[in-house]
Amino acid sequence: MFETFPLWPQRASSMAGNVDALFIFLLALCGFMCIAIFIMILVFAARYRRTKGREAEQIEGSNALELTWTGVPLLIFLGIFVWGAVIYFMERTPPDDSAEIYTVAKQWMWKFQHLEGQREINELHVPVGRDVKMIMTSQDVIHSFYVPAFRIKQDVLPGRYTVTWFRATKAGTYHLFCAEYCGTAHSGMIGEVVVMEPAQYEQWLSGGPAAPLAETGKQLFMSLGCSTCHRFDTQGRGPNLVGIYGKPAELEDGRTVIADDNYIRESILNPHAKIVAGFKPIMPVFQGLVSEEQLNALLAYIKSLSQPPQGTAGTRNTPSTSPSGQQQMIQVQ
Amino acid sequence: MSNSPIVVAHDEHNPALRHHFADMEQQREASEMGMWVFLITEIMFFGGMFLAYIVYRYLYYPAWVAGSEHMDFWWGTINTVVLICSSLTMALAVRSAQVGQRKMLVMLLIVTMLLGCVFLGIKAVEYHGHWVEHQFPGPSFHFEGPDPQHVELFFSLYWAMTGFHALHMLIGVVLVGFIAFFGWHGKYGPDYYNPVENTGLYWHFVDIVWIYLYPLLYLISHRHLH
Amino acid sequence: MATVAVQTAERENYLNTEYGIRSWLLTTDHKRIALLYLLAITFFFFIGGFFALIIRLELLTPAGDLVQADTYNKMFTMHGQVMVFFFLIPAVPAVLGNFLIPIMIGAKDLAFPRINLFSWYLLMVGGVLMMYTILTGGVDTGWTFYTPLSTAFLNTHVVTAALAIFIAGFSSILTGLNFIVTVHRMRAPGMTWSRLPLFVWANYATSIIQVLGTPVLAISLMLVALDRVFHFGFFDPQRGGDPLLFQHLFWFYSHPAVYIMILPGMGVVSEIVTCFARKRIFGYKFMALALIAIAVLGFLVWAHHMFVAGISLYAGLAFSLLSYFVAVPSAIKVFNWTATMYKGSISYATPMLYAFGFIGLFTMGGLTGLFLAALGIDVHVTDTYFIIAHFHYIMVGGMVMAYLGGMHFWWPKISGRMYPEGWGKLAAMIIFVGFNLTFFPQFVLGYLGMPRRYWQYKPEFQVLNVLSTAGSTILAVGYLLPMAYFLWSMRYGKPAPDNPWNAAGLEWTTPSPPPTFNFEETPKVTWEAYNYDQIKEAPVE
Repeated sequence: MFETFPLWPQRASSMAGNVDALFIFLLALCGFMCIAIFIMILVFAARYRRTKGREAEQIEGSNALELTWTGVPLLIFLGIFVWGAVIYFMERTPPDDSAEIYTVAKQWMWKFQHLEGQREINELHVPVGRDVKMIMTSQDVIHSFYVPAFRIKQDVLPGRYTVTWFRATKAGTYHLFCAEYCGTAHSGMIGEVVVMEPAQYEQWLSGGPAAPLAETGKQLFMSLGCSTCHRFDTQGRGPNLVGIYGKPAELEDGRTVIADDNYIRESILNPHAKIVAGFKPIMPVFQGLVSEEQLNALLAYIKSLSQPPQGTAGTRNTPSTSPSGQQQMIQVQ
Repeated sequence: MSNSPIVVAHDEHNPALRHHFADMEQQREASEMGMWVFLITEIMFFGGMFLAYIVYRYLYYPAWVAGSEHMDFWWGTINTVVLICSSLTMALAVRSAQVGQRKMLVMLLIVTMLLGCVFLGIKAVEYHGHWVEHQFPGPSFHFEGPDPQHVELFFSLYWAMTGFHALHMLIGVVLVGFIAFFGWHGKYGPDYYNPVENTGLYWHFVDIVWIYLYPLLYLISHRHLH
Repeated sequence: MATVAVQTAERENYLNTEYGIRSWLLTTDHKRIALLYLLAITFFFFIGGFFALIIRLELLTPAGDLVQADTYNKMFTMHGQVMVFFFLIPAVPAVLGNFLIPIMIGAKDLAFPRINLFSWYLLMVGGVLMMYTILTGGVDTGWTFYTPLSTAFLNTHVVTAALAIFIAGFSSILTGLNFIVTVHRMRAPGMTWSRLPLFVWANYATSIIQVLGTPVLAISLMLVALDRVFHFGFFDPQRGGDPLLFQHLFWFYSHPAVYIMILPGMGVVSEIVTCFARKRIFGYKFMALALIAIAVLGFLVWAHHMFVAGISLYAGLAFSLLSYFVAVPSAIKVFNWTATMYKGSISYATPMLYAFGFIGLFTMGGLTGLFLAALGIDVHVTDTYFIIAHFHYIMVGGMVMAYLGGMHFWWPKISGRMYPEGWGKLAAMIIFVGFNLTFFPQFVLGYLGMPRRYWQYKPEFQVLNVLSTAGSTILAVGYLLPMAYFLWSMRYGKPAPDNPWNAAGLEWTTPSPPPTFNFEETPKVTWEAYNYDQIKEAPVE
């Protein structure tokens, strides 16, 4: 009748142990505090039960006690804060060489685009032991990408990219849930993360048909006419896009912004919001003319024009290189 | 604070004293404090819109400039002068009540109302102008120029902020009308004028909101007049 | 059954001074208005409770087989909206606060009695609009109204629900305004700030939050309505807006709102614990300051509801740190209540049982807040049943128990009758057991990963859900009992003396029930709060 009766979620990512450690510490600490207070109340209630002949003893207060039980909890809380903050920092800082997978959430399904070209719906295949960065956006309302076994969750917003990352540590199949209420079939917007041993993952990858994502992006770049203005020299009516990803861009109005995922996305959909210094606001508006998947492909292509190229899930973890490293890595696109 | 018993002979106190108060002093203090607290809630109410304005202006400044250029500078300036004058007449009306000048009080209140109506009339003219220029957000919105999406957002804020302000002005005009009516019937004098005072506070508050709205909406682009 | 002795009906009091529906609907007596509120919020409690019942019944099985998905979404939405805005926020302030604050400070009424009545009418208008929304198809945005779902992707009665809450919000604002001016300006001679009962301090702190926070909710809902009706683009990325702006505006109110809901309950507990331990409160100044600190700090933590929403890492750090600060004054209060019991003379009367329950369950709920303020943990448990358990421990285990405790404590004063003590104790215990069975399993469900607002769920979550539903049926029985015996007591209950508990506080110096103007003569206060050192006699058990 009942399938299983788990009381603890599986641990399948490098972060899971960290999160569980803090959780267990808090369980112990708060459990102890709870029990201490309950016992005190029960003891006082019993010991000082109203009896004839004994009056209550009036005690105004005690500044020493008040300061103690203000200061000690505060210190403990600050300790918990730091611990939680360290975990959060790790959770929100994808390693530099993470493999990237693009996610498009929509009512009520998850669509994934691997850089190698595979597309999946509601199922996500990843290899064990590889850092994977999810670059996510929504086609409609706010959703949330939640894999309990990995202890990660990140809201997926319309109109911009949000990012989360994980490193799976155990092969297996794990629940994927949408965790931000998104309408009728919110509880049906679920799927599975299939973590495979590297060999099986390679096999799964090679079974796929499509061209790498950046290649698709390159085709779009040409067919949509982007290459007309965004030439690879300085003669174009638009900025040269080689090497811009991740670097500062100076704008017409004097501001400087980093050319990150959201910047590139915005520049395609609403180019006049941020004009690069020295260029005119003549780029056509592509909002409504490209789908989220196409945007992802274009983004992957533009990122591939910067060095070093972003890793894919199929390549193995290489020794760390600096972001602007000169080392040539295996070019997949 | 008085500790007199509840039952007071009726010819011993001001007819305007409400019986749960000990004396007129307490009633006046309570009434004034109540109005100030209410105005604080109004600040928080408008504050939400001001926050939205600040955030989006920071993000989309060029669109804000473009939107502001489509405001009618002259109507906005005239309206600002009108409101400031109305605050003057309102303040003078409060003073008239304080010194017991009934006719002056009513006249000043009526002038205040008229100035308020002038403001609302000018706003109606402006709104009509924006409407026919397709500057009302929604399916009918149309803007020639870069980044129409965020110019539309500017106009959304324009209509919402000035719209709520105009609603408060309208309520204010009605309130002043009531006070003028009661004032004509001699209800206010040196020993009881705090409804006039409180109405004055409300009126000044609505005026101050406009004084913030005016530069934020009308005066952005004039920095860019070459 | 013998009829009650005649003498209770003779003395003129606020209940019998005038009869007829007009005398109630046009009353300006704060005590009558409190009863009007009591009727209203009790009605809404059962409406909200009905939705909860449907939710728990649906969740007995993993499949969605009781109601359709859309219906379920409406159930949790309206459960939240009705319970938060039409029950929890008004309950203690508008019922107990309205009734007691003027009497506790020695005044004849609140500063603005007509505005008080107007506040009730506002709640009723909002309530009628809410009922209209419910009866004509409901709303399914979630009580949090997140955009762009609520502005551009739903076909239900979003605007009427938003308007209903908007109007109810003004009821709340005016009540807060009334209380602030009353406490500042209407205290009797000798009733200095440092002699005020903590119940008054608690409602004062609550009123500050109501006055500063609720208008921001009002404008947020207005902007949602404008987005929806006129297609303005404040929160819609398709039209240049930002959905996160809505969340900031919404939570700027809705976090302090939870303190609106709990602070009055804390005030009630201070009154009960001192009375039934026969002791002055331990650390009066710290207790009063803690209330103010919670009110102020509560405004600085809103984005801890948004750690995974897409805010920057640094914003997350800031709000996490601030959230730990706001936890400290709550902890202080729990310690002080416990210390108040030390060497007291403790009775186990029903109000005290509810106070025990409050302290225990509020402590549990509050401690789980420490889990949530920890960024690394929150990422995993936010938007899951862990959150639901956390806030129900505080709202229901804390607030509703405090409310019931207060109702039992002051029932003799309000109605002139005693409730049946045996039934009172029984109901309190049933509620305690039912509550824990309902909500403790939800902590486990949350950490396991069951998201909230799920109509159907994975089969491995079923056992815990069944336990939770079982608990909720027990809880429902527990709630029905006081309804029944309070009603019974109005006709058959023992007539109450002026001070059945021998409690401190000006309200106990008036008759039960009090006359319309509360006091024969304005009191002159020369004693400190909780002067149990002077009140020697404890009531016979």
